[in-house]
This record gives sequence, C-alpha cells and structure tokens, in this order.
Amino acid sequence: MIPAAFDYFRPSSTDEAFAHLQQHGPDARVLAGGQSLIPAMRFRLARPAVLVDINSLTDLRGARVDGKVLAIGATARDAEIERAPWIGERRWSLIYDVSRVVADPVVRQMGTVVGSLCHNDPAGDWTAAALASRATVVIRGKSGARRVPIDEFLVDSFATAVSDGEMALGAEFPVPDDHTAGSYQKVERKVGDFATAAAAVQVSLNADGTIRAAGIALSAAGPTAVRVDEAERLLTGQYPTAELVRAASDAASKRSAPQADQRGSIEYKKHLAGVLVARGLREALSRLGVQAFAHSGVQA
Amino acid sequence: MKVHVKVNGVGYERDVEPRTLLAYFLREDCRLTGTHVGCDTSSCGCCVVVIDGDRAVKSCTMFAAQADGHDILTVEGLAEGGKLHALQQAFWDQHGLQCGYCTPGMLLTAIALLKHQPNPSEADIRAGLAGNLCRCTGYNNIVKAVQQAAGTLGPAAAGAS
Repeated sequence: MIPAAFDYFRPSSTDEAFAHLQQHGPDARVLAGGQSLIPAMRFRLARPAVLVDINSLTDLRGARVDGKVLAIGATARDAEIERAPWIGERRWSLIYDVSRVVADPVVRQMGTVVGSLCHNDPAGDWTAAALASRATVVIRGKSGARRVPIDEFLVDSFATAVSDGEMALGAEFPVPDDHTAGSYQKVERKVGDFATAAAAVQVSLNADGTIRAAGIALSAAGPTAVRVDEAERLLTGQYPTAELVRAASDAASKRSAPQADQRGSIEYKKHLAGVLVARGLREALSRLGVQAFAHSGVQA
Repeated sequence: MKVHVKVNGVGYERDVEPRTLLAYFLREDCRLTGTHVGCDTSSCGCCVVVIDGDRAVKSCTMFAAQADGHDILTVEGLAEGGKLHALQQAFWDQHGLQCGYCTPGMLLTAIALLKHQPNPSEADIRAGLAGNLCRCTGYNNIVKAVQQAAGTLGPAAAGAS
C-alpha cells in the first residue's frame, strides 16, 4: 500500500528540525532510516501528518568512540557500525554480533541504531543490546538535551521517553574495559525476521577471574526488551562456572514473558530465552579466554 | 514537491507527492521499469538500487524525496553500449537466473557488495545477498555468478574452505 499523504520537511539544522517537531507535536514523526516507519506507514499502522527528515543534519551522523563512550548519532546506519574500524575489538563483541543480525544486509544500509531504539519494537535487537551495554539516549527537549538511561527510555511497546515534539539526537554506549566481551544470540525463522527470542550478554572479568559486571537482556520476551536483573546479580562477583551459567539461564527463562505467536508458544520462547543466555555467556567467556565454556561443538 | 535525481548518469526532475516511494518514482515517473517491485514491504530485495555508488537500498522502503540530490544506479545503467556488465555476463554464464524477476535486485546488491568487498569469500557473498530472495534458482548459481564477477571463481577458489 502507498502511505497516507503527509507534509515533508528536510531541515538543514537540528534547531530547524526541533522547531518543526515542536510546532507539529504528536502529528509529526522523525524520519531517519525509515526501515520500520515506512513499512508501518505503508500498512497504515502509522499515519503521521508531518515527516521531519533528519538525514541532512551532519551533526547527527556517524558513530565515534569518544573518550568513555561510543557516541552513535541519530542517522548512523547499522551498516556503519558493521564496518566501523573499532568493531573487531573484543570489547565490542556484543555490538559486533548485533550489527550482523539486525534485519538484512540491505535494510542495514538505511536502518539506524537510534531509530531502532526509538521504534522500540518488543523484538528489536538494539534495545536488548543497549540494556546489556547500559547505554544512554540523548534526547532534545524544550529545556535542552538530556541523557536518559536505557532502562527508563524503553517505556512500553513502541513508546519511549521521547515525548511529542522531542527528538533523539543519539545514543551513548559506555566503552567497555579490556576484560570485557559480549555475545548476541538470536533465533529467527529467516534472515530479516524479528527474533523468536534473543539474548544480549556482556561480561567483564576482574584480574582474579571473577565476574566484575554482567549485562543480560532479552528481546521478544515482553512488551519491551527486558533486563534480567536476577541473572546479573547472580553472576556479579562470582567465578564463572557451569552451575552459575545454568542459574543465570534459569533466571532468564523465568524473567521472559513472551507472547505466543506464529514463531512459537510461550513455553518454547521462555525455554529458548534461557538457552540463548547460556549460549551467550559461554560465547562471551570463551572470547575472554575462559575456555572451560567454549562450545563443545565442532570448531571451524 | 520537486525531486531532482541523477539515474544512471541522466538527470531527472519530477514533481511528486512526498509519499511517492523511490521504486514507483523510478518505474512510473522516470519510466525505468527494470527496478522490480516484489513484496513491496522490504523483505524480498527485488527493488534494490544503488545510491551514490556504494549503498544498496530497497527502493520500496525509501521516499523519492529522500533520494533528492543523489545519484542512483539501476539495472538499466549496468550495460554499456550493448555490452553486458561483467556481473550481468556472469549471471548469464553461470545461469544465475531463471524467471529473472529478482535479478535486478541481485545485481545491484552485488554491485554494492563488491564495492565494499572486492574479494568476497563465498560466505561473504551468501551473507551479503541474504536480503534478496530468489524463488527459482536456489541461490547456488547466483553465488557462483558473483564469484565469477569478483574473479574468485576457479579451481583455486573451488578447493578453498
């Protein structure tokens, strides 16, 4: 279907974009990559009267490691993350994994990380990764820019802390230390499908081999991506053992609150959430050289 | 609104509604029907065109307005003077198509893929074409065609893992 008619603005400054959004309030939507918004408009699930295209705003482009954060601008494409010069560093392995499984490789040429966070699909990939990474979203509002932790940002399905008239300028992912690795585990029926279930895992080790910090989040496990607080608590301060991984996996199954659909039953998806957290932990630990947790399967 | 684009090196200026999708702009306003519309919902990749030389996009999921001021390459722009582009010739040689409906999208996705990865492995090609669906050939010959165009198809490549 062809989308309903709308007025199109392509401002040349962030101030101008913000002014349009302030003027049109709930009738306006920001157009970044459009890979969720345009299909939604075509299905008439979304009928914004005004689109504010932010693709000309040079200050919102790109993804840069800037001191203590990876700053991802509102129009930085998934493909830019996939090809970033720093993406091969072990510390970014969670982001590396995600950047290769979001949608499909052509959609990733247009789709944006920040747009995905703002869309807040319950089965999105970046939302789970942002939770596990403890990212922050920078929102421009009437009183200037504010930084909102991802846990507060993800309000409900397709709803975020970005209010009418506001816009997300970017996202900030803390730069993990040298002893950090992650993994993203996603089960999808086909390339480009939303996750049946997915788990984002990030683990940092102390010098003595105990877990200093853990980020564990699930996608397709509730109205938004969810943090598995219980698993994070269990893991922190402990030596990684098979029993500990099993306990974190059980906590993830328990925390998962999926909906039954054509991708699977509630029981199956809850089980899968646990399996994927266990796989993610083993992979992240393996990347950190904790070989006891390497996959037992045949290595390439 | 006015949209100016360069398609295959030729300038087009058209007055369209903002809601005009790039695929329809190319087909109906520019009369370039080589770009196919398959699923119309960004799943199949039949409508892929290349923007600014190296970016493959699904033109059913982009507004023509967003392409304003940009260079677009479509399947019509591949052959030169009646001579097939090396990638088209490779699809011919390897029997990389049957009905041909997905072929323009496959070709344009592969053009961008080879810009970013001039020497792709078979796995790179399979991963890079994962957003393009073909319902006839079963992909093997499409992958071989891209390998041929990249110069990586041969006895040496066949033996590598």
